[in-house]
Amino acid sequence: MPRSYIIDDTERKRFLLDREALVSSAVLQEEMAKIFAKCWIYAGHSSELKKPNDFVTRKVAGRPVIFNRDARGDIHCFLNTCRHRGAIVCTEREGSRRSFRCVYHGWAYRNDGVLGIVPGAEAYKGEFDTKTLGLKTPARFESYRDFWFLNLDANAPDLRDYLGRARDYIDLVLDQSPSGEMEIVAGTQEYDVAANWKLMVENSVDDYHLPSTHATWLNYMANSGVKIERPSEGRVLPTKGLAIDLGNGHFTTDNINFRGRPVAAWIPIYGEEAKPEMAEIRRELVERLGPERARRVADTNRNLIIFPNLVINDGSSVTVRTFFPDGPAKMHVTAWALGPVEESEAARARRLDAFLTFYGPGGFATPDDVEALELVQQGLANWQDDRWTEMSRGMGREDEQLNSDEHHLRIFWRRWNQMMDVA
Amino acid sequence: MPEVTRSEVEDLLYREAALLDEWRLEEWLDLLTDDASYYVPPNDHPEGDHHKTLFILADDIVRIRERVKRLMSPDCHAEYPHSRTRRLIGNVRILAVEGDLITVAANFVCHRYRRYERIRQYTGGYRYIVKRADTGLKIHERRVFIDAHELGSLGSLSFIL
Repeated sequence: MPRSYIIDDTERKRFLLDREALVSSAVLQEEMAKIFAKCWIYAGHSSELKKPNDFVTRKVAGRPVIFNRDARGDIHCFLNTCRHRGAIVCTEREGSRRSFRCVYHGWAYRNDGVLGIVPGAEAYKGEFDTKTLGLKTPARFESYRDFWFLNLDANAPDLRDYLGRARDYIDLVLDQSPSGEMEIVAGTQEYDVAANWKLMVENSVDDYHLPSTHATWLNYMANSGVKIERPSEGRVLPTKGLAIDLGNGHFTTDNINFRGRPVAAWIPIYGEEAKPEMAEIRRELVERLGPERARRVADTNRNLIIFPNLVINDGSSVTVRTFFPDGPAKMHVTAWALGPVEESEAARARRLDAFLTFYGPGGFATPDDVEALELVQQGLANWQDDRWTEMSRGMGREDEQLNSDEHHLRIFWRRWNQMMDVA
Repeated sequence: MPEVTRSEVEDLLYREAALLDEWRLEEWLDLLTDDASYYVPPNDHPEGDHHKTLFILADDIVRIRERVKRLMSPDCHAEYPHSRTRRLIGNVRILAVEGDLITVAANFVCHRYRRYERIRQYTGGYRYIVKRADTGLKIHERRVFIDAHELGSLGSLSFIL
């Protein structure tokens, strides 16, 4: 039923969220229809399909899909289900195939989706026509700079328009590559979190939690020789960061970096031997982009959210992370590393090592995020008796919004609420 | 160089398992060489190279020691209070001996319990490179292959597997 889940009182500077939004199966069912079936949902990256006939299979918004290149090299997304009785037609995780053959009755599809073989086709006498029985595709499938998204709503706006101002930040991430091309690195991190999927959206951009949740990571950084300044001017973080509204429910943090960046901001963990190459990377950035843009690429970091569930963290390394609900209190997270296609073996190794200092199920930070989100979900069992989540931090701040405020979390929840509050 | 026996290797592995299960991590560090490394490759590319493949975990000795500091801190929220773990190790085999380096394979099951949580059962294989030192056998490299297709419900690897 359409209804509002937020109290958004700009006069009293209070923002409250009804915790039912985080625990209810009915809410999840509505989300699948009103959000996951209406928004552009990240499906994959061109670089995962290096050659013609390459494919990967995965679930996107609960739908098993095949993401592949056909024999000519064109990229597709097909629903991984046989038009005959519905079985999965591609059971492998990744590989190279010219056709997908259903094991049940042997219907076989070319990798451009066309139904090629129906054993005993002469038994069909009526209007049966293999031309109408190719693999189904999502209603829409479009890309921006190698990031491919599907949309289950044929009437959705174009992807470019949907991304809107978020494109500027995708461009900024990709500017760390001289060619403007980055690739997904082999090796996938897939882990479940026993928490509502929207808590991962919040956690991915909420820098307020960093000093408390990630105290051991900060210690590790300090032990390795990273200088961590004491927060000043009433802030909670070592450096200043902003939260920026990008429209359409997208938003990002935009922070002065203190933690090192494999693209050109050296910290001792990278080793003395990395210094000359990193100086050269910085020189190239300045030459290609000018000093101001180069500074943003090298010396600022950002966590970008493409509504509803794509996160690009351009911090200690670059991670592409997406997550889907599996019930109201559980999500599946998938995360990859992204790197410039032309980077040297040494730079790639540094990027991957830096990734593991913070991110992922074995990192020095992510496990504590997972713990925090699971503790929230466990605590929410009290939701009926303690109904409202407090999210007013920074509200009414006249000038810019900080990354440690909750402005960007409110952007998410306002958009979410607006989409849910329709018949 | 005297020949290494399987029971010598087993003694090392069993001692390590006990120290890890009992959270005696400082003592566990004493089982490692000064240039030891610890790897958990991603479930979808178990034979990958950590310089080219995103791993779950790839520690040199410096980071192993930092990891132990983290794990023993009450601020390590994912492991405070500590998980209770119990690991069973079997099928220990010596695969190769080259100079003072001995390559060892073993199977493991590790059960992990936390309050309010489901039981998590990690199964897989260990591959060790063990080094013969004056003081006995030490662990030069430990590599953990998790059988699951994805970490999935096993969640974080916040402890030492």
